[in-house]
Amino acid sequence: MTDWSWLVPLPVVLPLSAAGLALALYRRPRLQRIVSLATLTIVAVVSAALLVLADSGPVVVEVGDWAAPVGINLVADRLSALMLTVSSVVILCVLVYSLAQGREDGERFAPISIFHPTYLVLSAGVANAFLSGDLFNIYVGFEILLAASYVLITLSGTTERIRAGTIYVVVAILSSVLFLVAIAAVYAAVGTVNLAQLAIRLPEVDPGVRLVLQSMLLLAFGIKAAVFPLSAWLPDSYPTAPAPVTAVFAGLLTKVGVYAIIRTQTLLFPGGQLDDVLMWVALATMVVGILGAVAQDDIKRLLSFTLVSHIGYMVFGVALGSVHGWTAAIYYVAHHITVQTALFLVVGLVERFGGTTSLDRLGGLAKMTPVLAVLFFVPAMNLGGIPPLSGFLGKVGLLEAGVELGTPVGYALVVGSVVTSLLTLYALIKAWNKAFWQSPPEPLPAHHVPAHMVVPTAALVVVSLALTVFAGPLYAYTGRAAQSLAERRPYIEAVLPDGQRGEGESQHAADETDDHDTDGAATQDGGDR
Amino acid sequence: MSPNLVFVVTIAALFTVGVYLVLERSLTRILLGIVLLGNGTNLLILVAGGAAGSPPLVDVQSDRPMSDPLPQALILTAIVITLGLTAFLLAMAYRSWQLHHHDEVQDDVEDRRIVRLAARDERAFEDDDTESEGESLDEEAASARDETDEGEAFDGAPAERPPPRTDHTHGKEGR
Repeated sequence: MTDWSWLVPLPVVLPLSAAGLALALYRRPRLQRIVSLATLTIVAVVSAALLVLADSGPVVVEVGDWAAPVGINLVADRLSALMLTVSSVVILCVLVYSLAQGREDGERFAPISIFHPTYLVLSAGVANAFLSGDLFNIYVGFEILLAASYVLITLSGTTERIRAGTIYVVVAILSSVLFLVAIAAVYAAVGTVNLAQLAIRLPEVDPGVRLVLQSMLLLAFGIKAAVFPLSAWLPDSYPTAPAPVTAVFAGLLTKVGVYAIIRTQTLLFPGGQLDDVLMWVALATMVVGILGAVAQDDIKRLLSFTLVSHIGYMVFGVALGSVHGWTAAIYYVAHHITVQTALFLVVGLVERFGGTTSLDRLGGLAKMTPVLAVLFFVPAMNLGGIPPLSGFLGKVGLLEAGVELGTPVGYALVVGSVVTSLLTLYALIKAWNKAFWQSPPEPLPAHHVPAHMVVPTAALVVVSLALTVFAGPLYAYTGRAAQSLAERRPYIEAVLPDGQRGEGESQHAADETDDHDTDGAATQDGGDR
Repeated sequence: MSPNLVFVVTIAALFTVGVYLVLERSLTRILLGIVLLGNGTNLLILVAGGAAGSPPLVDVQSDRPMSDPLPQALILTAIVITLGLTAFLLAMAYRSWQLHHHDEVQDDVEDRRIVRLAARDERAFEDDDTESEGESLDEEAASARDETDEGEAFDGAPAERPPPRTDHTHGKEGR
């Protein structure tokens, strides 16, 4: 069998190199566009290939051929390959959308010489966070994508964006500091930051210490994922950015946090500690988030609140601690990335058409632009969980897993998620009635919406429908992903075949000198005594 | 192994002062707080490396104990990241000063609206949909100041207009 592992670093390396190239080409906007488009297309294809490859076992690359616990490794298992594929498709669609918007608005949309490199860096950061098999490298991935997101959210430095961006940046930096402190604590406890080795060593640590480490990691990831008590930064900061930026943030950035939570709860800290806490947190996130959405009269803010609320569903699935729960949670993540991004893109089009996103001022869009109406309606119903769309399937999976758990908390969450689902439907129907059906208080400007902005949005809506049509195979795939998460062994053995070292070059060096023990004599047993 | 007490005290001090500064309202002070927190974290990683021991490389013999190189690599990465973010935050603080003559981090706009409505004992929503105050949150945010409100410092330019640059940055310097 051909060794395809060289594909694994590409989603990180290609966009990073292309970002440099795009920056160097800042005088040639047309070339810049071609570079970004080509790169992200290749990344999407590579991710899809990894999705297939990872199905027959994790694909591991040891960067620089340094054997695993010493060097950094990238791992594409089913979970990360799936996340990577969905996110690269979304990133590609949003890029096409923003290219069209850039062509329409020129420099008013974004200084294009800045937008393209930053966007590529963001894509590299997301891929790095998903693929990394090393806790510190996940931190680096987070920083790459966050640094890019700081630039994107304050693009062109208007009053509003600086105001909202300040809060966003400060909160994100603080969560990163927290993450770093957690890494330091983990290193002090077990003397490694390699995920596979952590998975072997962490269970040996004193339960109290383990609980502290786990809570710190979850706290850091919880801020990034916008889980309820830590979510207040999100609804105020996202809506101010340009539509494509908000869309890609809403789709991806919080999901990176969710992905990290999944890894923490499955690979690093199996056994369901803190699952009960996460359950309550999930319930609070769902309910508080959706109550916020119901109260909004601005459609972008409304969607930001539904984003927070639906993070609760994913945390619910993770906290169930069963294969069924994880299956549904992973499926829900894939569904939610596409749907939420599509909705934000449509709202960008609505804003373009009507000149506002305030529900008090919009109206009559269904008659004026039936295309936008359809494009809004389908993902909105999908988010609300109307059968037979993918939102419904994901929610049913979660509900089944919740009932299967059978504890009072489980039932409370089942009820909570049904209520949240209904309230989501209510909030979106309210938005639909106000923006699309009622007559506008003042005539809308009815600006032209160019077709090449509608097409990528429509493409994303079609992708979200494809998640429904191909729900069978996809759900089976997430099921296998959840199964291997539960087993843990496939991941660990792929990285460290003998439980000690990977297969890189330094393994041979170690063999030659017949000295296996030099690896971490200084690094181990740091501070846990 | 027990960690060096000096380190521990320093880390504690850095974190305490850092947290205090992060709670301030001025972005510059928050930035200083973040720098201190970052340095505290770096020291923490260094302590996490533990005491010196045998060399970590194959074929290297050393008479004296060597320290663990991995935390140093981690710290170096973290320092570089903190440096970049510090520069970015400084640029944001400066931009904020250009726009508003202050670098204050504002309260959540919506929170403030709710507080104001509560103070006036009004409902947040009139049921007649279109009957709103006619001012969106964004517009409100543009003219709002929080604690350091001095009444006339901000001239109330609409949010989306390209900001006036030169005419503001001169003249009122050293406010």
